[in-house]
Parts: sequence; C-alpha cells; structure tokens
Amino acid sequence: MRAAIITFPGSNCDYDCYKAINEVLGEKAYFVWHRETELGDPDVVILPGGFSYGDYLRAGAIARFSPVMETVTRLATEGRPILGVCNGFQILCEAGLLPGALVRNSELRFLGRDVHVRVERTDTIFTANYHPGQVLRLPIAHGEGNYVADRETLERLEAEGRVVFRYTDATGERTPAANPNGSMNDIAGIINEAGNVLGLMPHPERVVEGLLGGTDGLGLFTSLRSALGRLAATT
Amino acid sequence: MKTYRLEVAITPREGLLDPEGKAVEHALQALAFDGVSRVRVGRLVTLEVSAEDEVSARAGAEEMCRKLLANPVTEDFSIALAEA
Repeated sequence: MRAAIITFPGSNCDYDCYKAINEVLGEKAYFVWHRETELGDPDVVILPGGFSYGDYLRAGAIARFSPVMETVTRLATEGRPILGVCNGFQILCEAGLLPGALVRNSELRFLGRDVHVRVERTDTIFTANYHPGQVLRLPIAHGEGNYVADRETLERLEAEGRVVFRYTDATGERTPAANPNGSMNDIAGIINEAGNVLGLMPHPERVVEGLLGGTDGLGLFTSLRSALGRLAATT
Repeated sequence: MKTYRLEVAITPREGLLDPEGKAVEHALQALAFDGVSRVRVGRLVTLEVSAEDEVSARAGAEEMCRKLLANPVTEDFSIALAEA
C-alpha cells in the first residue's frame, strides 16, 4: 500500500500518519507538499490533522484551494481512496468532497481527550476489519468538530447509511453526554456516496500501538490495506 | 474603472446554533444590559475592488463570498458599500 500524505502549512499530524503506515503497518507512506500537483500515483491519499493556514477564515477554507487539491479532487472522483482526519475532514467538507461543514464546538472549547465512537458500517474499505457496532476509544483534538448539515443532507446521509462513526458512550449507547462537540446526530465520521472518501474528526493514527495508549485506530489502516490487496488481486 | 471599498459581513446562518453569540449574549445579560437578544457573532472583511460600477463591484464580492469568504452551509453574508 502506497499512501500519499499531504502536508499543508500548519499540518501537524502528518508524521503520526507516516509512522502508523511505515513503522506499524510496514507499508509505504510519503509526504507530498501542498504546492505539488503530482502525487506519484498513490493507492490512498491522506489529508492529515492540524491547523492548515492557521484555520484562517474557517478551518480548511484556504487549504482547499491549495494546488494539490485539484489532483486530490480528480483522484477522488476517479474512485481513489481518500482519508481525511480532523483538519483533513474539514478540508474535504470545504472542498465539497463530503457534504456539510464543521463549526465551532458547541461549548466553544478546544477538546483534547479520548472519546468513544461506534462503528456504524463495516462494509466500507476503511472499516471492514472492525465488527459491526464495535466501540472504539479514539482521541480527539479539535476546536471545530461540530458537524452540521441541512436537514435534507442529514436525512440523505442517514438513509444511505453514510454515517460511519458515531459518538457514543463506552457501551455503544448514544447519550447527550457522549457527544463531545454538539455534532448533529452524534456524527463523528461520514463517507461519500461512492464509498471512497472518508472524513472523521477523531484521530485513528494516534492509537495504533500499545505504547500510544491503544490500538483501536489500527483497524482503519489494516482495513484499507486489505481492501487495496483485494483490489490489486482482481485487476 | 473606479475603486469601491466594500464591507462584507459574514454571520452564522439564521436558524443555526451560534454558541459564540450565545456566550456573548449571556455575558451581556450578566453585565445587566437588559433587553439584549439574538446576539450573533460573525466576521467582517473589508476590501477594495476596481470595477466599472457599483453593481459589478458588488457582483464580484458576491462571487468571492460564494467561493471563499463564506461557507454556504453555515453562513450568511451581506455586502455594504463603505465610504472610500
């Protein structure tokens, strides 16, 4: 698996993704600076977390116009897997590759702690190695993670089963207290219609080995590797 | 071509929860500013554009709002002509 990790000015989780893929997974990840337009034919593109352009205007609003995003958008429409974590999710929404937007946390504070999310879909290329309803403990670190969308979009996301991760308590129950940021429908991560673009606010790349306090994020990367392996076997 | 100085006000979309506005509203009430309601906190962008006339200057600014300055999912915008 070859993963292109896009580095924007202000990205700060790019090395976490790099280590998760290169050292823990033993696959090949490489950085691509945001001014590039050539991505080197990756199997997957990762937009990492951070504060691209200092979150000026809105989180992700300016990064979305970086030269590299034109290529990312093309690859996305061609069906190439794209993963956006935290700021990467915000950029994907600003770029229109995922619907809705991420606004200020309902309690206005930056949140840096662990949360629980329930895996709502295991038939995606990003989550096949989890089991349905599995509850993951993942860290969040964001000030703008409050997912909003208009009613029509929200209904469509639910009807099409495109909510992949939802905030719950440790037992998998949805409660107001388990939703850290006010996200509509407790949404922590969504996928596009074609199933190749995933965005989520929690950081799976930060929990991929015991030393980091957990391995619940690893399944996302192994799922991708398995899916890409199957893809390669059929072509 | 003339230079027009515009003020673009971007506010959280009507009907959408604005926690920052709410916090400010509560603080104002705590300071005994009675009768304050519907506080919304947004952003003001001032800019100058060269255009043939005011209509095309405004049209340019609207396009900027749609493409970058505002997020159509969460924000409303209004454009006012400022004194040059």
